[in-house]
Amino acid sequence: MFSEPTIFERSRPGRHSNAVPVPDGADITAFLPAESLRAELPLPEVSEIDTVRHFTRLSQTNFGIDLGFYPLGSCTMKYNPRVHERVAAMPGFADIHPYQAPATCQGALRVMYELQGYLAEIGGMDAVTLQPVAGAQGEMTGLLLIRAYHRSRGDDGRTEMLVPDSAHGTNPATASLVGMSIVKVPSNARGRVDVEAVKAKVGPRTAGMMMTNPNTLGLFEDQIAEIAEVVHAAGGLMYGDGANLNAIIGVARPGDMGFDVMHFNLHKTFTTPHGGGGPGAGPVAVKAILEPFLPSPTVARAADGTYGWAGDRPQTIGRLHSFNGNFGILVRAYTYIRTLGPEGLRGVAENAVLNANYVRVGVAEKFQIAYPEACMHEFVASAQEQKKTTGVRALDVGKRLMDYGYHPPTVYFPLIVPEAMMIEPTETETRETLDEFVAAMQSIADEDPELVKSAPHTMPVKRVDEVGAAKNLNIRWEPSK
Amino acid sequence: MAYVPHTTEDQEAMLQRIGLNSLEDLFAPIPENLRLPKLLDVPAAMSEAEVVRHLAAIGRENADAGRGACFCGAGIYRHFTPSVVPAILQRGEFLTAYTPYQPERSQGFLQTIYEFQTLTCQLLGLDAANASMYDGATALAEAAVMAASITGRRRILIPETVHPAWTEVCRTYVQGHGASVDVVPHASGRIAVETLQSRLAPDVAAVVIPQPNFFGLLEDAKALAAAAKAAGALVLAAANPMALALLAPPGEWPADIAVAEGQALGLPMSFGGPLVGMFACRREFVRQMPGRIVGATTDQDGRRAYTLTLQTREQHIRREKASSNICSNEALAALGVTVYLSLLGKTGLRNVATASVQRAHEAFDAITALPGYAPVFSGPFFHEFAVRCPAPVAEINARLAGEGIIGPYSLSTVFPDLENAALFCCTETVSRDDIRRLADLLRTFA
Amino acid sequence: MNTPNELKYATTHEWVRLESDGTATLGITDFAQHELGDVVYLELPDEGRALIADEPFGTVESVKAVSDLVAPLNGEVVKVNTELVDAPEAINTDPYGCWMVVVKLDNPAEADALMSAEQYVAFTEEG
Repeated sequence: MFSEPTIFERSRPGRHSNAVPVPDGADITAFLPAESLRAELPLPEVSEIDTVRHFTRLSQTNFGIDLGFYPLGSCTMKYNPRVHERVAAMPGFADIHPYQAPATCQGALRVMYELQGYLAEIGGMDAVTLQPVAGAQGEMTGLLLIRAYHRSRGDDGRTEMLVPDSAHGTNPATASLVGMSIVKVPSNARGRVDVEAVKAKVGPRTAGMMMTNPNTLGLFEDQIAEIAEVVHAAGGLMYGDGANLNAIIGVARPGDMGFDVMHFNLHKTFTTPHGGGGPGAGPVAVKAILEPFLPSPTVARAADGTYGWAGDRPQTIGRLHSFNGNFGILVRAYTYIRTLGPEGLRGVAENAVLNANYVRVGVAEKFQIAYPEACMHEFVASAQEQKKTTGVRALDVGKRLMDYGYHPPTVYFPLIVPEAMMIEPTETETRETLDEFVAAMQSIADEDPELVKSAPHTMPVKRVDEVGAAKNLNIRWEPSK
Repeated sequence: MAYVPHTTEDQEAMLQRIGLNSLEDLFAPIPENLRLPKLLDVPAAMSEAEVVRHLAAIGRENADAGRGACFCGAGIYRHFTPSVVPAILQRGEFLTAYTPYQPERSQGFLQTIYEFQTLTCQLLGLDAANASMYDGATALAEAAVMAASITGRRRILIPETVHPAWTEVCRTYVQGHGASVDVVPHASGRIAVETLQSRLAPDVAAVVIPQPNFFGLLEDAKALAAAAKAAGALVLAAANPMALALLAPPGEWPADIAVAEGQALGLPMSFGGPLVGMFACRREFVRQMPGRIVGATTDQDGRRAYTLTLQTREQHIRREKASSNICSNEALAALGVTVYLSLLGKTGLRNVATASVQRAHEAFDAITALPGYAPVFSGPFFHEFAVRCPAPVAEINARLAGEGIIGPYSLSTVFPDLENAALFCCTETVSRDDIRRLADLLRTFA
Repeated sequence: MNTPNELKYATTHEWVRLESDGTATLGITDFAQHELGDVVYLELPDEGRALIADEPFGTVESVKAVSDLVAPLNGEVVKVNTELVDAPEAINTDPYGCWMVVVKLDNPAEADALMSAEQYVAFTEEG
């Protein structure tokens, strides 16, 4: 059975690696006053081989796209091309300083400038900031832009943000962080936002509305143009959550649907690696009316073809990152767009939607589908029937899928579907992989419920005591006394 | 098509299975007038071989630090990255994993985060830490928001000696919380205790104390912390973690919350990102702490196991009542820091910090001995120092760039009264030859 | 599910026991603890704080859910069960024994608007 001690338990006094030279100069107290120094530095002391084995062993208990199918809904876990890593590690990108003179980093500025342009084109927008480093930070940027826009017009009373009940938790959290109150908009029987419901909620206090299209149920919000019209007529702006862009890239553009501002998740649509939860990147694209408020600086191209920082925006919402955002991630996304080209980008959406519908039809033979109609890049199945008849819940199905070699789907989201299992296959999977996954789902539906409820059976650990973790909080290693 | 494996036959069979005739039919749910009638206007596709050649050419338009040396710091530091660090980070099990929401399939990543939290606590001298923030600046901004929520007060005092971009990010973040940032002026490059005291009032939620500060100088952290505490404000430390290999940790000042930019710990400069924010606080504030937290527990059979914990603080459960909207953090970068600190350990980290201090003081002596160059401030410094130059810094840097050297940060960009002042940085990657070469080039301006 | 007859109930799943001295004792129902799952954390107001009807006065958390405690009545907190804060898991085994706060009511007649046990059971079954 797997058991790897912590790196601290591997520590032995006096051990060290050969990674860095031993200093040869004067004693440190010649430079720093003795009273400013620390008495001890309680870091581990391990050899290089112990370090390598420790982290390699730990990696072996972790699941990644490189190991198998990862149908985690709303996360777009598609193949992360290795070439991205090669490019980002080139010294010309990895070993440059953000404050070096623009004349000495024209290549980096060019990548940023061209990426700004590509993202504007993909989103159907006018201007882009690459500074936000995550989707949630992109959302925050977008809402601050909307707030700044209203304020610049002396329209201070617009403090309400409309958010559908199917929205990702970051939407309401972000609105509240920028000082806005949430007005929840219910979904209709078709799993979509209803234009009539929006009409009933807008007013002179409406700052805007946040929507994801396709929404978190994997359904296209087909009344989007009318909804945008209603929100605009009430004086509000439309925020587009780009989490599900993989469904429509090259096929439809948020800017054409009436969105005024949107964020991209480069770690989803543009397949920069998730890295266990970041670093990602969440660039924000806007229509021209919001451009004056963008964070500074962006990258501009001068008449002579040279690139430089463009920072003069007196109305800017301010800065969101120490430097220029997650440049290393931007380089990867740039590489991806250049690799795929226009046909390739459209092919992403086509095949993502094809794969999702293909899996949906197979899963539907054994599980309820929350909204049984053609989906976009993902769909939501429900284990409600199983729960009623056998007590098997969505969580159990997910855990059992691990024994079959898959990562579980997203479970219990969106909140409006009971026992939800949100499945997003992405475009990079073969038909055989999808067939095998469907067969696994069907087989689990027919298995002994007790076997499913006690899954997983083949993982390094059994089900983990999360209640104990929260009650007896142990969030750092300490030497035993 | 680049990464789509389907053959035309696959697609046809799959379409048939779902009852459609063509790929275009898949988009029937999208109203026709919203569908893009043409292809996107982006450049044509390339093979991997072509795209590597293309990007390598663009990369060569950048003068990377490997061509000479880097004397620029100001928040990004070029330390040596041991080979083990990228080797571990490139393992697909880590690189291509999502957030470890399913503990049974993510024990490896969860354990590394638990170790990162522990290392963060050890370096910063506090007893609770999270799984990382976007960068040092957003970590400080979230700490400011957290302090306002703990104290019920609304004003955050940030000295001018904090990295100016960090202060800007704090301003951006606190605006939605009805809080404000109040900048405390520096005196000779440091915060005077009296100046701080004159700004303290019952509405001050927190005081930020940098160590070392933006000019590279050591602040009198203990005295400043005492002044802040006396006024009932929380103490927020903004530290360089490399300096903490030698300097008293924030927990001893004592700080209530400490943040640091982890890039200096084994990560490349990468034009300023990805970075990684380290965030620690006193144990009693753990429920107000933003971000993900990993806890150690047991599985059904009583074996040691790790899981995300205290998730009810986070946006996916608390929604509009969450105190932060962070979900992705910088997990892979945090893993890089974890590997770096493990590999270097107590001795290695001290060696890097010590060598950086030595090189910086040797460079200081060499530069300030040149005619026309003079120190701007006095007092002990870590590995950065400000020098008044005989010519505009941009002019000097253009000359240095010609020799493959990334020159110092120009302080007048943010501090107009510090005309021709340059902030030099040395790490252990700078050699004595590099310093001699720098001095020879600088002499030509004297 | 256990729903004692002698108590009053709020739509937000708090129980209320009216005392003869014009105070009321508050906790959460068996139904509420069951919906939440294993309770791991409880946050209660300080003594002396005013309770405003329909506004949150604390939170109760399980591993995967967080729920506001909503004041069913107006009044002032006169006693807080701090022992329960230290061991909130007791709520799962004895929801009606685990009182949270005692409130001096502004107007005890307000309690007439709360549900009886029978009404509350019907309310939870409607879902």
